[in-house]
Amino acid sequence: MSSTTLPAGNDKPVYYEIDEHPHPEGHSTLLGFWIYLMSDCLIFAILFACYAVLGGNFAAGPGPKDLFDLNLIALNTAMLLFSSLTYGLAMIAMQNRNLRHVQMWLAVTGLFGAAFLAIELYEFSHLIHIGATPQRSAFLSAFFTLVGTHGLHVTFGLVWLVTLIVQLGRHGLNPANQRRVACLSLFWHFLDVIWIGVFTFVYLMGML
Amino acid sequence: MSTDAVPSTSAAEPTFLFGKLGWNSLPHDPIVLSTMVVVIIGGIGLLALVTRYKLWGYLWKEWFTTVDHKKIGIMYMILGLVMFLRGFADAIMMRLQQVMAFGGSEGYLNSHHYDQIFTAHGVIMIFFVAMPFITGLMNYVVPLQIGARDVSFPFLNNFSFWMTTSGAVLTMASLFVGEFAATGWLAYPPLSGIAYSPSVGVDYYIWALQIAGVGTTLSGINLIVTILKMRAPGMGLMKMPVFTWTSLCANILIVASFPVLTAVLALLTLDRYVGTNFFTNDFGGSSMMYVNLIWIWGHPEVYILILPLFGVFSEVTSTFSGKKLFGYTSMVYATVVITILSYVVWLHHFFTMGSGASVNSFFGITTMVISIPTGAKLFNWLFTMYRGRIRYELPMMWTVAFMLTFTIGGMTGVLLAVPPADFVLHNSLFLIAHFHNVIIGGVLFGIFAAINYWWPKAFGFKLDPFWGKVSFWCWVPGFWVAFMPLYVLGLMGVTRRMRVFDDPSLQIWFAIAAVGALMIAAGIAAMLIQFAVSIWKREALAETTGDPWNGRTLEWATSSPPPDYNFAFTPRIHALDAWYDMKAAGVEHPAEGYKDIHMPSNTGAGVILAGISTVAGFALVWHIWWLAGLSMVGLIGAAIAHTFNYKRDFHIPASQVAATEAARLRQLQAAGA
Amino acid sequence: MSRSMTRLRLPPAIAAACLLPLLGGCNMVVLDPAGDVAQQQGDLVVISTLLMLIIIVPVMALTGYFAWKYRAANETATYKPDWDHSTQLELAIWAIPLLIIICLGAVTWVGTHLLDPYRPLARTAPGQAVTEKDKPLEVQAVALNWKWLFIYPEQGIATVNELAVPEGRPLKFRISSSSVMNSFYVPAMAGQIYAMPGMETKLHAVFNETGRFTGFSANYSGAGFSNMRFGVRSLSPQDFAQWTARARSQGQTLNRATYLKLERPSEKEPVRHYARVEPDLFDRIVNLCAEPGKMCMHDMMAIDARGGMGLAGLHNVRQLSYDKHAARGTGDTASDRYIAENCTNPELLGESLKRIEDRVIDLSSLTGAGLPRPGGPRFVARKTSPQPSRKPSELSQAGTTDPVS
Repeated sequence: MSSTTLPAGNDKPVYYEIDEHPHPEGHSTLLGFWIYLMSDCLIFAILFACYAVLGGNFAAGPGPKDLFDLNLIALNTAMLLFSSLTYGLAMIAMQNRNLRHVQMWLAVTGLFGAAFLAIELYEFSHLIHIGATPQRSAFLSAFFTLVGTHGLHVTFGLVWLVTLIVQLGRHGLNPANQRRVACLSLFWHFLDVIWIGVFTFVYLMGML
Repeated sequence: MSTDAVPSTSAAEPTFLFGKLGWNSLPHDPIVLSTMVVVIIGGIGLLALVTRYKLWGYLWKEWFTTVDHKKIGIMYMILGLVMFLRGFADAIMMRLQQVMAFGGSEGYLNSHHYDQIFTAHGVIMIFFVAMPFITGLMNYVVPLQIGARDVSFPFLNNFSFWMTTSGAVLTMASLFVGEFAATGWLAYPPLSGIAYSPSVGVDYYIWALQIAGVGTTLSGINLIVTILKMRAPGMGLMKMPVFTWTSLCANILIVASFPVLTAVLALLTLDRYVGTNFFTNDFGGSSMMYVNLIWIWGHPEVYILILPLFGVFSEVTSTFSGKKLFGYTSMVYATVVITILSYVVWLHHFFTMGSGASVNSFFGITTMVISIPTGAKLFNWLFTMYRGRIRYELPMMWTVAFMLTFTIGGMTGVLLAVPPADFVLHNSLFLIAHFHNVIIGGVLFGIFAAINYWWPKAFGFKLDPFWGKVSFWCWVPGFWVAFMPLYVLGLMGVTRRMRVFDDPSLQIWFAIAAVGALMIAAGIAAMLIQFAVSIWKREALAETTGDPWNGRTLEWATSSPPPDYNFAFTPRIHALDAWYDMKAAGVEHPAEGYKDIHMPSNTGAGVILAGISTVAGFALVWHIWWLAGLSMVGLIGAAIAHTFNYKRDFHIPASQVAATEAARLRQLQAAGA
Repeated sequence: MSRSMTRLRLPPAIAAACLLPLLGGCNMVVLDPAGDVAQQQGDLVVISTLLMLIIIVPVMALTGYFAWKYRAANETATYKPDWDHSTQLELAIWAIPLLIIICLGAVTWVGTHLLDPYRPLARTAPGQAVTEKDKPLEVQAVALNWKWLFIYPEQGIATVNELAVPEGRPLKFRISSSSVMNSFYVPAMAGQIYAMPGMETKLHAVFNETGRFTGFSANYSGAGFSNMRFGVRSLSPQDFAQWTARARSQGQTLNRATYLKLERPSEKEPVRHYARVEPDLFDRIVNLCAEPGKMCMHDMMAIDARGGMGLAGLHNVRQLSYDKHAARGTGDTASDRYIAENCTNPELLGESLKRIEDRVIDLSSLTGAGLPRPGGPRFVARKTSPQPSRKPSELSQAGTTDPVS
C-alpha cells in the first residue's frame, strides 16, 4: 500500500479512500424524486397560470357559478384529504415495521383515492352531458385540463399503489420497498397539496 | 392567382387500421424520394454489415442496454453527430434555395417543402444536436470529474437516452412518412393549430418533442442528484470543477424549464386533438399565451445549451494555459446569476407584440444585465490566459475562436435587447445571424473543443491534429463568411424564412453566405475524416498515461479509457484542481487493497420502453387509435414489469479490479520509461 | 428598397463600413430609412453598438494580444501558474460592463418610451413638433392570407397590397390579421409590430421623403408568406389627394361580402383599389364578425365580463365559431363536428339575455346554483316558453349578436 494514501499521522493528507463504505443503494432516490415532483409542480403551475389567464373567457357560455357544485367538491376534497391521512398512517405502520398494517392502510388510501376519482368523473360526465365540454370555451378548456391533469396523476398514483401493495406482499418491507412507499407518499401528499390549490383557486374563488 | 394552399397528404378518409396513414403519405417529391431511397439502401447496408460481423449481440449487451454513464455519453454524442448531418443538410438546402430564388425564379423548393426544411433545421439543431451533445458531454465527464462511479440513477440514464433517440427517430420518420411541421421551430399558433396545419407535420413535431422532453427532464434530474449526492469526499461545492458547476446550473435549468415545454405542447396537443380553446382565435383562446409560455421555456433553453460549454472553455483555458482558472469564485457566481436571470428575460423574444413601453424596457434591461456576468466570464478566461503558457492544441484553438466569435454574437444580442432596435431588426436575418453567432460560436465551437479535449479520455487515443486543424480553418472563417452577410442583409431589412426574393441587389449576399456554408461543409467533412483517420492511426496516436494534456481535474486521474468502475479507489479531494493537487503532492495510486466494487446491472428496459413510446408517438401522429391505446397499455405494463425486477446490481470482484489496475500500472510504467 | 443613399446622417463608423467595396452598393435601409421613427430606431442601433464597442474592442484586442503573447513558444513572457485572483481586476471586470449596461439601460428606458409604437408622434422630423392641426392619417392594416388590406376610414377607400401615404403627415396604423400571426413592417418607415387575429395593435409613424418603398410581413405565416409584400408610396400631399381621387373613381366597393371573398387564401395578389368601404368593416374584422351571423368579440367579452351567458349559452356555438377547425376563408367554417344546435334561436338568446340583465348577487350560488336540482328543469332556457321573443335586431342593440344573420 502506498504510503501517501495511509493516514500516517495527522500531517499527511489522504488522497484515496482505501477503506470505503459503499453508498447504500438508492440513497439519493428521495432527493431525485423530490426534484421530479418539483418539475411536475411546474406543469401544474403552467396549468394554473392558464386557468388564471383564460378562466374568465366563458365565450358567452356558462361560468363557474353555473356549473360547479361546492357540496360535491367539498366531499371530493374530503376524500383526498382522508386518503392523505391514511397514507400517513401507512407510513407510521411502516416505521413500526408492520407489513399487514402498511398494506391495509395503503388499500384504504386507494379506496379513498378511487372515491375521489369517481366523484370527479361524475362531475366531468355531468358537465359534458349538459354540454359544458372542454371545447365550449377557453375557461372550460383550462378547467378540464387543470382538474383532469390532477385526476390523471391520481389515477397513476392508484396504479402505483396497487402495484406497491402487490410488491409488498411479495418482498415485504425490504429497503427497496420502503423507499418506494416513501416516494409514493411524497407523490400522494403532493397531489393533495395541488388539489388544495385547485379547490381554493378554481372552485372556491370561482363560486364566491 | 389563387394557389392550392397546402398540399394535403392526408386527403383520404382515415381508416380504422391505419388511421390517416395511406400510400399517399409516402413522398412524391423527387428530392425527398431519392433521399429516402439512399437512406433505405444505406440503412440496409448498415444492418447487413452489423449482421455480417455478428455485432448485434455485442451492441445489445455492451451498448444498447448499458447503464454505464460513459457509454451512454458516447451514444448521445453519436446521436448528436448523426442528427447534425441531417440538420446541416437542411441548412445547405436553404442556402441553395435562397441564392437561387431571385428574379422571378422560384428556386428548386416549393413552399410546402421549404417551410418544412427551416422548421426541421431549427428543431433538429436545438433538440437533437445541441441537446444530445451537451447531455452526452455532461454524462461522460461529470461523474468522472466528481470522482463518482456512475450517475445516481443509471437505469434512468439509459432510459433518458433512448427517449431522446425515440424523438429523433420520429423526427426522421416524418421526412419519409408524411411530413414535418411547416410552422417555424416554435410552432406558434394559430398557424400550428388544426385549422391552419391540418396535416400530420405539427403532430410529428409535438410527439417528437414530448418524447424527447421526457428523456431530457429525467436526465436533468439524474445529473442534479448525481452532482449533489455523489461527489468524492472533500469536494465541497466550491471545490467542484467549473464544468461540473455549469452542468449543475444547466440541469437545474432543464428541470425548471422543460416541464413548461411539456405543458405548453400538451395544451397545443389538446387544441389539435380534442378541440380545446387554449390558443385558438375564437372561443376565448389566446395565442399570445402560447408565445409567452414557449419562451418561458425557450429562453432558459438557450442557457441550458451554452452554460456547459462555458464550463468546457474554463477547463480548456486553464489546462492549456497551464494555470489555475482566474476568478473561480466569480465564475461560479456569474454562472448562478445567469441561471437565475435567464428566467426573467423571455419577453425580449417578442417586444413587437405590443406589451407596452414599460414592460418592454424592463425585459430589455434584464436581458442586458445578463451580459454582465457573461462578460465577467469572458474576462476570467482572458486573465487565465494572461501570464500563462498557452499550448495551441485543438481544444485551445477552438476556445480562442469562441472568445472572438462569441463576443460579437453577445454584442448583437445586447443590441437586440434594446426594444426600439428590436423593432427594426426583429425576425430579420440580423437576428438569424445573431443567434447562429452565439450558438455556433458558443455551443458548437465548445462542443468541438470538448470533443478534441476529452476524446483521448474516452477512447485512449488522441484525435489527429492535422485534420482537426483543417476542420478548424474551414469552420471558423466559413462561419464568418456564412453569417456576416446575414447581418448585412438584416440591416437591409430582409426578413427570415423567405423563400423567394424580388430585390436583385440582395443576391450577392446570399451567394457569399452560400460560399460560407460550403466552407462549413468542408469543415464538417474534415472533421469526419479526422475521426476516421484517428481511428485508423489509433496505435500511433495512443495515449497511455490517462493524462494527455497535463490536466487538472479528476477525470485525468484515471486511465484512458476509464475502467467500468471509473476509480478503483474513490479519491479524496483537498483542492479545487484535484488532480493537479495530487500530481503536485506526488500521490501514487495504491497498488493493492482492492475491494469488490458495487455496480448497476445492464437492462433492456430502457430500449423497450422507448421503443414502445416511439410506436405510441407514431400511432398518435397518424390517429391510429387502437395502436396508440395498445402501446399506452404496453408502456404502463412494461414500466410496472420493470419495477418487479429487484436485482439491479452486481459486484465487480476485487481480483478483477486488481487485474485491471495492474495492467494500467504496467502501462503507466511503460509510458513513464 | 431601390432608393439610393441620399442622406448620410450615419455616424462615421458605419459610414466607413459602408465604404467597403461590397457594402458600398448595399442599401442599409434600417440605418438610413425615410421615416423619422425608423431613423431614430436606426440611430439607436448605432448608438448602442458604439456604446458596446467601448468594451468589445478592448476585449477582442486583449484576446488577440494575450493569445499571441502568452503562447507556449514565447518563453520570455512571464509565467505565473498559481496566480488566480486579483480583487482590483475582479472589481473592474464586473464594474466596467455594469457601467456600460447602466448607460445602455438608460438609453433603452428612454428610447423605448419615446419610440413606443402606441405613442402618438411628438414630432414628424427633428425639431418639428406635431401640432394640433397635424391630425394623423388613420390607416387600418389587415394581414390576410397572403396579402395586405389597407383601409382609409377618412377617405373611405381601401387598397390591397399597396400603401400610399402623404409625406410629412403623422400616420396612425391600426393593425390586425384575419387568420394567423403576421408582422407589419415597412423598414423605411418605422419598426414592426405584430398583426394578430382578434386583436388590434397600433403603430405611429411618418414618412419624411417621397418615394417608393417596400413593406412586408415579418413573421412567417404559412405557404404564401414570401410573397406577402406590398408597395409603399410616400406621396406629396397633392399627389396623395390625386391618388385618393383615382382610387375613388375605380368603382369597386369593399363590403363584408367582397371582404369574405378577398380573405380566401391567395398569393401574389395584384394591387387593387376600392372606392368605397363599409364603415365598420375593420372593427368587424378585429372582432371576428365580418361573416354574417357571427357574434362580435367585444360583445362576447362584454357578456363574459358579466359572468357569461349561463347554461343557456352552452349551445350558442355556431355564431362564435371563427376558424377553430378549418382554415379561415377556405370553406364553411362551421364544422360538422360541432354542436351547432339552436345557436341562432332568438328565443333562446332572449332568455339568456334576460338572465344576464336580471343577474344579481345571489348567495345561493354558493351551493352551486347552476347545477340542476332534483326535479328542476335540465335546460332552463330551452324548455321554458319564449316570453320576450325578441327579434335578432333587437338583440344586437343589446350588444350581443349580429344584426345580419
